[in-house]
Amino acid sequence: MPSHPFSSVVREFKGEPADLIPVLQRVQAAYGYLSQDSVRRISRWLRITENEIYGVATFFAQFRFTRPGEHPIKVCLGTACHVRGGEQILDVLTRRLDVQPGETTTDGKYQLDRVACLGCCALAPVVTISNRTYGQTSVLKLQQILDEREKREDA
Amino acid sequence: MWDELQNNARPLLYVGAGSCGLAAGAVEVIEAIEGHLARKKCRADILKVGCIGPCYLEPLVDVQMPGHPRISYSNVTPDLVTELLDSFLDRGEVFKPRLVGHFGQDGFNGTPKFFEHPMLARQVRVVLRNCGIIDPDNIDHYLARDGYKAFEKCLSLSWKDVLEVVKDSGLRGRGGAGFPTWRKWLVCRETKSDKRCLICNADEGDPGAFMNRSLIEGDPHAVLEGMLIAAYTIGASDGHIYIRAEYPLAIERLRSAIAQMRELGLLGDRILGSDFAFDIKIKEGAGAFVCGEETALIASIEGRRGMPRTRPPFPAVEGLGGRPTIINNVETLGVLPNIVRNGADWFSGYGTQTSKGTKTFSLVGKVRRMGLIEVPLGTTLRTVIYDVGGGPVKAFKAVQTGGPSGGCLGEEFLDSPLDYEALAAAGSIMGSGGLIVLDSNTCIVDTAMYFLNFTQAESCGKCVPCRVGTRHLVAILKKISTGKGEVSDLARLERLARAIQGGSLCGLGQTAPNPVLTALKYFRGEFLTHIVDKRCPAAVCRDLVVYRIIKDKCTGCQRCVRACPTGAITGPRSEPHNLDMSKCIKCRSCYEICRFDAVAGDAIIIESGA
Repeated sequence: MPSHPFSSVVREFKGEPADLIPVLQRVQAAYGYLSQDSVRRISRWLRITENEIYGVATFFAQFRFTRPGEHPIKVCLGTACHVRGGEQILDVLTRRLDVQPGETTTDGKYQLDRVACLGCCALAPVVTISNRTYGQTSVLKLQQILDEREKREDA
Repeated sequence: MWDELQNNARPLLYVGAGSCGLAAGAVEVIEAIEGHLARKKCRADILKVGCIGPCYLEPLVDVQMPGHPRISYSNVTPDLVTELLDSFLDRGEVFKPRLVGHFGQDGFNGTPKFFEHPMLARQVRVVLRNCGIIDPDNIDHYLARDGYKAFEKCLSLSWKDVLEVVKDSGLRGRGGAGFPTWRKWLVCRETKSDKRCLICNADEGDPGAFMNRSLIEGDPHAVLEGMLIAAYTIGASDGHIYIRAEYPLAIERLRSAIAQMRELGLLGDRILGSDFAFDIKIKEGAGAFVCGEETALIASIEGRRGMPRTRPPFPAVEGLGGRPTIINNVETLGVLPNIVRNGADWFSGYGTQTSKGTKTFSLVGKVRRMGLIEVPLGTTLRTVIYDVGGGPVKAFKAVQTGGPSGGCLGEEFLDSPLDYEALAAAGSIMGSGGLIVLDSNTCIVDTAMYFLNFTQAESCGKCVPCRVGTRHLVAILKKISTGKGEVSDLARLERLARAIQGGSLCGLGQTAPNPVLTALKYFRGEFLTHIVDKRCPAAVCRDLVVYRIIKDKCTGCQRCVRACPTGAITGPRSEPHNLDMSKCIKCRSCYEICRFDAVAGDAIIIESGA
């Protein structure tokens, strides 16, 4: 992870308690996740207890507390994706990568997550890998996409 | 001004680059277009426009040659780009294979009109009038289409006059509940305070709905102009847009649009030389469905857990930071400029007695033509699903309206109108506009369980009936879907659902049981088939289906043998394969590979049975 100093990451904020969520978002964007150390610093700076910060952070789906994988994979499980087979795609990925949703592979390469809806419902089922969105996927198509990625990396 | 743009001296290419277009591969198409133009040394302008609606046709590329109308082509892939562009640039011909239609007034070489396409012909585009037409990153495009004229008109009127227009138009909140917009505004305006707040609710949390995302991506200024009109009427100086972090493109469009407004003096103190001052901040939602609820949304903006509180006091009286606050949905705000510009009578000319105007819907699921649509309220579900949507993929089973708070309505409701009252009478809700079509290959028990799983996970935990009750609903549904259900479970589901409805503080808990209750009411037979016969007629519930290889059809191509992750399929080449159900994990790999990649095409089937 890039080692931005904490003070420069949160420079744009005045340090008011109401800034908590934007600060958490900013810190996560800079470091990839909310480490115990980050939470401690935020606690001291905003004068909010660590307990309260965890209370807020765990309430929202966006925040993570472990180092993310290099390539985040997000499987959309919105309604349209569900009725078109999103669940099975997630299933195949958990097996192929040998991780549960929310976890990162042991080599740190992939991180698997389920998301509620990416809003591309007409192209269901949808999966994003890093910043690329794949529409109209299937169990088969996704296996091919991952095969190709691995082939490219090996080359 | 808009005509000037239409008379571009250079060829003009419009590429659908909303989230849906991007998911369909618009980035690669744009790269291919740029590459091809560079090779030909041809100068042309490329505009990345928002979603025009028929997402199933994405990536859409429109070509406009000087002196010709704009012509739209569908499902353009990078390898088609050369052929498509050359047909125009070299030969001046329409590229027939992917032609959708033209946007001109008169005919063009016998090509059809874009807006006469079957998906568009029955639509009335009011809120969506600019989506896919203009460059959303260019305020001049919006201005050229009468943008900010409605707001200017408001500045010459008193707040009471504007409120009167909105009242006469009959506009009701587009976020779901359908509360009359003017009434909420009046309460806020009449509450004495040093400062009032306006929040645009863009936390589009319903899974399967993307109307707000598309509107912001395709025409951000419409929503922002609506915010100015609302703020002027209620006397707000402080504006917030609460938008999901999952919508990065929409956030980017808003940021750039707000910067452009600031340059033109449309935000800040003394807007356009008047006494009116207003500014807008973007707040990114951190992902919690319950934050669509007004008091939870406010808690989250204030930096707390997004948990609802008791009302009254309503936010219109005591909201953000204790000040009177109006929270309006994206579409409610987006439609305002049209109402002010064209008048209340024009708007209320659409719709039914109690539900006025038009409404956007995301038409998705098992329907042939998927996408974003806008129709007058009161249009029947049949018109929407069959005329606009081209009908279900297989036999029609139900349509799910209102997301996790709504219900599944069967065939008997096809002729009922889409209006607030009719949907509520059927046990569902209008919601924000998700319409998910279910066909004979969708299981009702599975669908109900899907929604309850969702609300169970998203329940904030404050009210016990919601927190614990939804969990038990899921457990009972799970029991039924795995073939272990008992007939008495149905009564148990209903009793529990009523308790959750009655014992929850906010809309999430009060409506969470709707998917189960409507499913039980209209599709009881399908529940009983799962319970009594231990069968899932749609062959969806995994514990109640088997995979089978049809020996007569299998050519022994071995594709499925390689695809199977557990070694359940065996067999020598060129002989029908064997499937060992004790090893099969029902992952669908073999089923899909047989359909798309194998010699036989349909030798593997998934059927109901244990």
